Amino acid sequence: MKFAIQINEGPYQHQASDSAYFFTKNVLEKGHEVFRVFFYHDGVNNSTRLTTPPQDDRHIVNRWAELGAKYDLDLVVCVAAAQRRGIVDDGEAKRNGKDATNIHPKFRISGLGQLVEAAIQSDRLVVFGD
Amino acid sequence: MSEVVKKFMYLNRKAPYGTIYAWESLEVVLVGAAFDQEVSLMFVDDGVYQLVKGQDTAGIGMKNFSPTYRTLGDYEVKYIYVDADSLAARGLTQDDLVAIAYEDMDTEEEIENIVEVVDAARVTEIMDESDVVFSF
Repeated sequence: MKFAIQINEGPYQHQASDSAYFFTKNVLEKGHEVFRVFFYHDGVNNSTRLTTPPQDDRHIVNRWAELGAKYDLDLVVCVAAAQRRGIVDDGEAKRNGKDATNIHPKFRISGLGQLVEAAIQSDRLVVFGD
Repeated sequence: MSEVVKKFMYLNRKAPYGTIYAWESLEVVLVGAAFDQEVSLMFVDDGVYQLVKGQDTAGIGMKNFSPTYRTLGDYEVKYIYVDADSLAARGLTQDDLVAIAYEDMDTEEEIENIVEVVDAARVTEIMDESDVVFSF
């Protein structure tokens, strides 16, 4: 089966990203396909490479990035939500005159159309959040 | 833009202010219009407050996006449902809600108000008939 995953909450504050991670990892291990993981609302905060949790805690951002690398996942961060919350890549930094970037290279910033397309192309859209 | 036409439901469960869910959900609906899917919006729980008319956000310093709902008919939204129990539990009736008009571009059919209050059984049914539920 082909899945699209939507994550609506930020890391650590909320379990949504953890649950989404385990769900995604498990469906992939069972041989299913994940068309895209889309980060929306505060979920965009799951993509900052500047995250530094205590050493004895899980690293939510790196964990997504590693899963992404292993399965060639499309990890997409909503541009409108990212702009509001200061998640920046090179393109956004140039466009909006910012002096820094913070997105992890395994993620990419794109539009809401990517969420809608994922919902159309997949058999199931699974939403994680409040 | 896409050959596949699915039944999309945007499930709105949160009050319009207090959290950003309602506003960012509306942004998906507006962008999603370009994809020509069959779109419905369902309002349940505190989500019913999103449709209450006469909203004034001056006191909280936030943009009042309430007028946007009245334009949804121009964004390919054909069906808008409100859960009757959620409405009643908050002392509201359909008279408290905005009216949203819809005009079918192909048939020129005009509907004055597509906001429909439905009971719990119907909510379940409509949800079950949907291919995709975007939950906000």
